[in-house]
Amino acid sequence: MTATGDTVTGDADIRDAATGVPAAIELVGVAKDYQSRGRAVPAVSRVDLEIRSGEFFSLLGPSGCGKSTTLRMIAGFEEPTRGRILLQGRDVTAVPPNRRDVNLVFQSYALFPHLDVAGNVAFGLRRRGVKGRELRERVGSMLDLVELSELADRRPRELSGGQQQRVALARALVNRPAALLLDEPLGALDLKLRQTMQIQLKAIQREVGITFVYVTHDQGEALTMSDRIAVMNGGRVEQLASPRDIYERPRTRFVAGFIGTSNLLRRTVRAVDAAGPDGRPTVVLDAGVEERLSAPLHPQTGPLRAGDQVELTVRPEKIEMSATRPDGPGCALRGRIVEVVYLGTYTTYTVATHGGNEITVFWQNSTGASNIAERGDEIWLSWLPEHSYVLPESVDLPEADDQPEAIALPAAVALPEAVALPASVDPAEAVDPAAGTSTDPVAYRVSH
Amino acid sequence: MRRRAGALAPYFLVLPGGLWLAIFFVVPMAVMLSVSLQTGNVVDGFTQTFDVGVYADAITTYDTQFIRSLIFGLIATVATILLAYPMAYWIAFHAGRNKSNYLFLVLLPFFVSFVIRTVSWKFLLADDGIVLGNLKDAGLLPADFHVLATSFAVVAGLTYNFFPFMLLPIYVALERVDPRLLEAADDLYANRRGVFGRVVLPLSMPGVFAGFLLTFVPATSDFVNAYVLGGTNTTMIGNIIQTTYLTNADYPLASAVSFILMAVLLVGIFVYARLLGTRDVLELSAR
Ligand SMILES: Nc1ncnc2c1ncn2[C@@H]1O[C@H](COP(=O)(O)OP(=O)(O)OP(=O)(O)O)[C@@H](O)[C@H]1O
Ligand SMILES: [Mg+2]
Repeated sequence: MTATGDTVTGDADIRDAATGVPAAIELVGVAKDYQSRGRAVPAVSRVDLEIRSGEFFSLLGPSGCGKSTTLRMIAGFEEPTRGRILLQGRDVTAVPPNRRDVNLVFQSYALFPHLDVAGNVAFGLRRRGVKGRELRERVGSMLDLVELSELADRRPRELSGGQQQRVALARALVNRPAALLLDEPLGALDLKLRQTMQIQLKAIQREVGITFVYVTHDQGEALTMSDRIAVMNGGRVEQLASPRDIYERPRTRFVAGFIGTSNLLRRTVRAVDAAGPDGRPTVVLDAGVEERLSAPLHPQTGPLRAGDQVELTVRPEKIEMSATRPDGPGCALRGRIVEVVYLGTYTTYTVATHGGNEITVFWQNSTGASNIAERGDEIWLSWLPEHSYVLPESVDLPEADDQPEAIALPAAVALPEAVALPASVDPAEAVDPAAGTSTDPVAYRVSH
Repeated sequence: MRRRAGALAPYFLVLPGGLWLAIFFVVPMAVMLSVSLQTGNVVDGFTQTFDVGVYADAITTYDTQFIRSLIFGLIATVATILLAYPMAYWIAFHAGRNKSNYLFLVLLPFFVSFVIRTVSWKFLLADDGIVLGNLKDAGLLPADFHVLATSFAVVAGLTYNFFPFMLLPIYVALERVDPRLLEAADDLYANRRGVFGRVVLPLSMPGVFAGFLLTFVPATSDFVNAYVLGGTNTTMIGNIIQTTYLTNADYPLASAVSFILMAVLLVGIFVYARLLGTRDVLELSAR
């Protein structure tokens, strides 16, 4: 994938304009309201996506954010209330599921109980008129691929959960669809098996080269398997980027909080340096005596001025701890350790900074790194500015209806400049409702 | 000790029902078997002679009624399947939240006594009754047209009376079909006919099988419908048993006829189960 760590925006290159290959799947301004007791219940409020041919694409988000609904619209089981769906450039919005060249792997597998494993796998091929030797060969080689040849004449109820899962996968893959849609396919499996299956799934995807659209609420799963991830929240896409960019450069507070553990520090901009130490635009933030706090300014953060209120995110594992003030141009904050939790491969330290924030640090327990500090110790925290990211205060994605001009663009680049502007400089006004109960208006931490 | 109690538990579960069957099924069966092998009459009394000739007599005398009963029972059963299946299907898949209301409405007439319902059919279908009488007055039917005392009336009565025994098991089987399986079939390129033929129908076969048993057996041995709606040409084996036993008091013959009927039904059901109840048939139907 082209969107890697050194892409400045993190979300660049959504369209394969250069190759001209039509996207495997394209959602254009897609929305879905369910009718429930006469009322319209919005499930997906506005999704624009372009999924490239051959990629492993994940829809990640909390329960109820509309992932399944989005997937079911692609499969054809739900008709969008607004918007269009294109498969390989062809508008299929009104095409029924049995005439769409995509197959769905159900969360509950939905295997046919009256058919054996081979019968299940052959179902789609038979409906399309494949028979005789070709049928046997295709079913046989698919069963080989998922290592189920031995169990070909078993009924689904005579299989373990993991085996059923593989039958479901084989039943869909054998049709060689343009895209395979998977709705939390590993959700019913235990942790160990899930991890094994993640590796297998990814290997199978690489082997068959089919586009996978993978729905999950497990961020670890999405990060390990995906080429790109769309993080969804409340019926819309908050960020669409590579796993690395999602993790290292979360664009919204929600993404920062949902993916991994993030430290969020609310600070005031002291200065904006158009050409910082490394020649790139840099934001310098208010900090205490001897402390330094700065971060690169990315174009999509929007223009910032001195006095603006922003939030700085930095991942716990990017932070160094030292007894003395570190040299160099990096960020440095002073604090006192208030909590130490030993977790095997690493230890988490909670540090109260002199600025009144609480910052979490993951410290690898490698040889020689043992017990660098204890509860109550005064220490310095430091990290490289490029490991932090500035979120404008209360970034919100545009309301679908307000931004008709953005419809033709994928969600991630459709964020109009104006919306990315930092909001009110009044900190009291700007407190996010989600953090409303926090007594510390300066910083809070979200962990998973 | 605990272990012993646990191992015995299944037997305790079977005990009440087992006793009930032993007293009210096995014992009467034994008695009937013994009666069928007696000779005599009500006046002089019966003696156990072990004369099996009565079975041969029963078959040669009543072969017409035996065959007629099987045919009537079979036609009525097939007719109930054809009527009940679409209705059960509609209620299970398209009635939404009103499923139980529709089911109740369908079953409501059957809360009325079996005999009363059949007798009311007789009034309705009488040669000069509300239906035929008015149609004849209007000149739409010839004056000598009649429905009662025909095979049609008897089979129609059987079909009507055993309808719920077919509807309920089919409905239960259809209701249990996971809607996601229908979506899966749809996703795997099956059209509406394919979804029905390859998924819904095979999965509902156990319900059809149960409905068949519950309808075919009592319909074949029924005597009320033939008695109320039929004539001399539509006598069923149930009527024979009834008159032989109650009117002629020829207990050995009545018992022999009953046993033959039972044997015929058992063989029929066994053949049917072999044909329909096995995995291979389900598998074939999905091809
Ligand atoms: N058939 C339906 N009728 C009414 N509302 C629905 C229906 N299906 C889903 N919803 C609502 O739409 C919203 C999105 O549902 P969806 O199933 O897409 O969530 P999800 O992201 O897949 O969640 P999960 O991770 O729990 O599966 C939810 O608030 C849900 O309650
Ligand atoms: Mg879901």
